[in-house]
Amino acid sequence: MNKTDNLPPKPVWKCGKCGGELKHGTVKITYLGNDLRVEELKCLNCGLVLITEELALGKMFEVEQSLEDK
Amino acid sequence: MVTHTANIKEVGAAMDQVELRRLESKCSQENPPACTAGCPIHVDVRKLMQAIQNQDWKSAASILQQKQPFPGIISRICDHPCEDVCKRKDVGATVAISNLEKFCLENHAPKIANVGAVPPKSQTVAVVGSGLRGLTTAYDLARKGYIVTLFEKSDRLGGNLWKHPEQQLPAQVITNELSVLNRPNVTIERNAGITRQDLSQLKERFDALYIGFAAQSEDALELLGENSRIDPISCTTPIAGVFAGGQLGNNSPINAVADGRRGAVSIDRYLQGASLTASRDGEGAFESNLFVNLNKIPSLPAVPMSHESGGYTGEEAVREAGRCLNCQCLECVKACKYLESYGGYPKKYLREIYNNESIVMGTRHANKMINSCTQCGLCAEVCPNDLDMGQVCLASRESMVRRGKMPPSAHDFALRDMAFSNSEQFALTRHQPGFDSSKYVFFPGCQLSGSSPEHVEKVYAYLTEQLAGGVGLMLRCCGAPAHWGGDQGQFQTSFEEMVAEWESLGKPQLIVACSTCHSIFREKLPGVVSLWELIKDMDLPVQGAGTNYGKVAVQDPCTTRYEQGIHEAVRHILLRLGCEIEELPYSKELTKCCGFGGLTAFANPGLARKIVENRIKESTADYVAYCAMCRDRFAAHGKRTLHLLDLIFADDLQNAATRPDSGFSQRHEHRARLKRTLLHRFWQTPQEKERGYRTIKIICNEEISKLMEERLILLEDVQQVIEHAEGTGRKFINPDNDNYLAYFRPARVTYWVEYQPQENGFVVLNSYSHRMEIVEEVKP
Repeated sequence: MNKTDNLPPKPVWKCGKCGGELKHGTVKITYLGNDLRVEELKCLNCGLVLITEELALGKMFEVEQSLEDK
Repeated sequence: MVTHTANIKEVGAAMDQVELRRLESKCSQENPPACTAGCPIHVDVRKLMQAIQNQDWKSAASILQQKQPFPGIISRICDHPCEDVCKRKDVGATVAISNLEKFCLENHAPKIANVGAVPPKSQTVAVVGSGLRGLTTAYDLARKGYIVTLFEKSDRLGGNLWKHPEQQLPAQVITNELSVLNRPNVTIERNAGITRQDLSQLKERFDALYIGFAAQSEDALELLGENSRIDPISCTTPIAGVFAGGQLGNNSPINAVADGRRGAVSIDRYLQGASLTASRDGEGAFESNLFVNLNKIPSLPAVPMSHESGGYTGEEAVREAGRCLNCQCLECVKACKYLESYGGYPKKYLREIYNNESIVMGTRHANKMINSCTQCGLCAEVCPNDLDMGQVCLASRESMVRRGKMPPSAHDFALRDMAFSNSEQFALTRHQPGFDSSKYVFFPGCQLSGSSPEHVEKVYAYLTEQLAGGVGLMLRCCGAPAHWGGDQGQFQTSFEEMVAEWESLGKPQLIVACSTCHSIFREKLPGVVSLWELIKDMDLPVQGAGTNYGKVAVQDPCTTRYEQGIHEAVRHILLRLGCEIEELPYSKELTKCCGFGGLTAFANPGLARKIVENRIKESTADYVAYCAMCRDRFAAHGKRTLHLLDLIFADDLQNAATRPDSGFSQRHEHRARLKRTLLHRFWQTPQEKERGYRTIKIICNEEISKLMEERLILLEDVQQVIEHAEGTGRKFINPDNDNYLAYFRPARVTYWVEYQPQENGFVVLNSYSHRMEIVEEVKP
């Protein structure tokens, strides 16, 4: 087994504004008065946060739905 | 069955307990079938018949044992009042329930029920007489743990049971069945005749007494003398703690069992200090309120026995049990995909809705269910008690909105669509060109304008030619999305704006092309007329052989359910156009929704798809609809469907029947363009050009367009994301292929677009959205 198997894949996207690499960092997301802090890829210089399609339609959607029903 | 003519009623506050009970009482599904209600001890015959059909003899035995104290005896001698009330009687012959019970016990006799240990009680009961009454009382009380002593004057238990012929009730069966009384807390005193003189002594020795004889029988009179007045409900005698058979006569074994059981219930209550009279309606035989629709059930004669004396064979028994109607109401559930899809029936749903409203902290599990109803009113129409789940869901939605508990994702898109239609982009109020007053005003509605703007233009031109006195025009939304979504505040605001516009024209007669607009306005504004009723006898641009289209099946929109005038007008027009009309199994007052009503298509798209798929299967003929949403939804699912206006105004009917659904983005575009076109054509206003982000050219293939439609992402949302990204440079780039990915939150949704710039526009490669908001934080 290769050691690199356990590392997250290199992000496909770079920041289009400053050209910088995206790094994992804490991101605040909020919905219906609830604040959540999660680790996501972001541009540490420009603040742009990457939410992938998989995340938006998967986990994020689930959390949205459950907060809506609270 | 429903007599009211309005789909839209004032609905009260959120459901309270009293309202819940009132509504629950309208749903008869949980009532027992007639056979069970008619059985004095309520054997679950329906379940028994299912078990026999499945040849599940263990279940069959356990169903009988659950209610019958001595099934081997009772099944052989029961006088089966259940059969007198069996609903199968009216469609063939009553199911031979008694013979089937007999078959079960004779051929698949269960083990004598082992009652098992129950927590023992210290109180003692004497039971006098061991006929069916006394035996049942003793058995029931012993099962509850009381210390029971059974006094029998002869040397064997059973009393009159021994008078049945051996062939009908073998002695061995009696002995075996009564062995259930051989248990530690039961003492049997044989050869122990009790006289009136013994009673006071027994009263001293025992906490309660049961005299197991029929009321007013010789034995009872002898024993009780002047104390023979027995209450038939509680089985009490004038002597405290002494109970007796409350029913007359010994000619019905099953009533004797029920009488004994009633005595046991009373003694148990007496010894527990509970009320002897409260809630006793459910005991003994009664008439069930369960509604059973016998229409369309083919008549089936009883299965004959090949050997009368030997009873049913196994094969015959299964066939005879198969004649059981498995009585249920479910009238609404059978008619409605929504009610069917949640696996229950209104009474169950009512409790879920009530509970949903009552939750203070925690998850409201019924939100989606409440938001999935189309509010079409078919349930009320088919319900024998007019229970309208649409009104219940609407009231609950209104309450959710008032309390700030409506999930935003359910109706947000539809409400923004409504806001678009009432904005400058579409809304318009004008007198007919050359007129300074209007006798009429044409209100085409937002969906027809979004689906077929060319028809709106043609109809307006047609009406101005045909009608004298000035035909004004009003473009906007009637407010139905807010009404359906339970947002009374938004609905009122929109409606008041609409009324103000209408009043500015001098309150002309409103001509509506959309049945939903009609349903919203009909009770609130005087003289509203549907386009169809208005033009039914007017000269049409094409008529008779002009269309030569042949057979069409009519889809009545659910919002016309009780609009007989509109139904007739539409059919009259179709006949004038030379069409042959096919009536769908569910039409007119029984019509079905296309899945758009009540905003189901937004709150529960999967269910809305099932609804439309189910509806388009009703006939192979081409459908004709007179609601633009019905037409577009059927077309989107591959059903050839014309709009009634196609038959009057379209040039190519084959194309019109297969024209795809416009989709949400195109509807916006159509509405905006329609306003500009009409202003230009009729009022000679110079055509305005698109401005701002609307000028950004977007290129997407069919697959991406479909994806955006499913994800409720509009072209203008994509345009705004790209405008923002290109204007600020805030976007991601994929160095491998130079694709961009950007996000923007114009309102309550964040839209993401992956795109690639091209010379003359932007190619969209993907798009998705989320409602959660990202709070961007930049390191200082």
